[in-house]
Amino acid sequence: MSKKVISGLMSQLKVKKLTFTGELEPEKTTNLTHTIEVAKKLRGYVVACNVTDNPQSFAYISSLVASYLVQKETGMETIYQITCRDRNRIALLSDLLGASALGIKNVLALTGDHTTLGDTPHAKPVFDLDSVQLIRMIRKVVDEGVDLDGKPIDFPPKFFVGAGANPNANPIEPELIKFEKKVFAGAEFFQTQVVFDIENAKSFLKETGRYNVPVLIGIFPLRSYGVAEYFDKTVPGVKVPEELLGALAKARDILDKSKRRMKYNEINLDYFVGFIKELKKTTSAAGWHITSVGYETIIPPLVEAVK
Amino acid sequence: MEEILRMLELFRRIFVMGCGKCATLCQTGGEEKVKEIAEKLREMGKEITGTVVVDTPCDARILRRDTLKVRRAIEKSDAILCMMCGAGVQNVVGHFGKISVPALNTKFLGVTERIGEFYERCRACGDCILYETGGICPVVRCPKGMMNGPCGGMYEGKCEVGGYQLDCVWVLIYNRLKELGMLDLYKSYKPPRDNSKLNIQPREIIWVKVGR
Repeated sequence: MSKKVISGLMSQLKVKKLTFTGELEPEKTTNLTHTIEVAKKLRGYVVACNVTDNPQSFAYISSLVASYLVQKETGMETIYQITCRDRNRIALLSDLLGASALGIKNVLALTGDHTTLGDTPHAKPVFDLDSVQLIRMIRKVVDEGVDLDGKPIDFPPKFFVGAGANPNANPIEPELIKFEKKVFAGAEFFQTQVVFDIENAKSFLKETGRYNVPVLIGIFPLRSYGVAEYFDKTVPGVKVPEELLGALAKARDILDKSKRRMKYNEINLDYFVGFIKELKKTTSAAGWHITSVGYETIIPPLVEAVK
Repeated sequence: MEEILRMLELFRRIFVMGCGKCATLCQTGGEEKVKEIAEKLREMGKEITGTVVVDTPCDARILRRDTLKVRRAIEKSDAILCMMCGAGVQNVVGHFGKISVPALNTKFLGVTERIGEFYERCRACGDCILYETGGICPVVRCPKGMMNGPCGGMYEGKCEVGGYQLDCVWVLIYNRLKELGMLDLYKSYKPPRDNSKLNIQPREIIWVKVGR
């Protein structure tokens, strides 16, 4: 199956160039200056940036608008995240057609977090489709030029279609079957949840390698001990390794602010350079999806160090 | 109780009606509860014109039969307080030209484990997929109504919605189908649901002709 290359991300993954993607999380605002500044810092180090769609069910500025403006202002490609939480199939198609008209090339199709976990818990959850069905719908729109019910679309869009996956899932078997469903539905790349446990990443890549679809492993550099501790306690199934947590705890006690920052950076580089190099050597990982909102400064040295 | 009193604020003469089936079983609208609430309302200064527990207030024929003797009392009343599900309340509304006040917040269609312990198991969605899911319903038991497996909110087989108290229904479905040797059903793609069949639109009459 050789498809026409339609995006920079797709082109890199196709030639199996080690790939980095970043993440932008525009918030409850109409002003994207900060988001665009961050995007500019990442440009050149990551091939594309995800733009989150009301993450954790917090009502933020539209991911479609932000995806478009980031591409326009920075020239960097975006990966437009679209979830099923807030849109039925009519709105999903409508937004996708709009995205294509605005020059969006990459889409990450997700189910979305549940409404009750966010800042607007009384909202009506939609979930008309799930992620697998959404992927299939997008493929139908792109490949056959028709909507879910088979009605033709004038000038059908082209998208490079991505999906999420969770190597930390326990039990893992249902998750692996879902991965397969997403592949069969037409997912062309995967970005995973944040992984710290390298064995989890290895076994997940081993299990999913046979599908021959690029998998970008999610990593999360830890800006401070506070962030690490919070993450460790609040994200179920993701444990920050003790040695890393211990090192960050020690660094927290350094009084001089810039020395402390340097130490934090050093610890992160130490850990993640090792992590990435090991996976690079032993697995088929296509690359890394770095979600380090608020800690963009770590991305350039990290990417340089593992090149 | 405050909610009920608020609704009854404008009415003085109240008739209390219970349900002999589900609400009796749930201990929310049987003889005892009807008596209890009638007593409370009297204490609050209301006049109770009468009470009755209709065997199945959702069945129009039974509703007529069981209220024959209290018809006059109902006629004298300003309002009927209904201790039954929403279907019952609406049946009562249809049969007596009276304001009918719901005393209960109907929560679900479920199964009884023991008295006081119930599990919601059916949402009467009109598009049953229980065969494909090993007899476990994801429409009613998955907060997102996922159709193709667990979402990222599953942790150690539990669901993040509600704080990891409830089982992830897709893990249950996986285990069941595996046990049955029917994982192919699990792996099969479930297409988007036909929402035109579901109960999100008014379904005034569901007319099933039986044996005619």
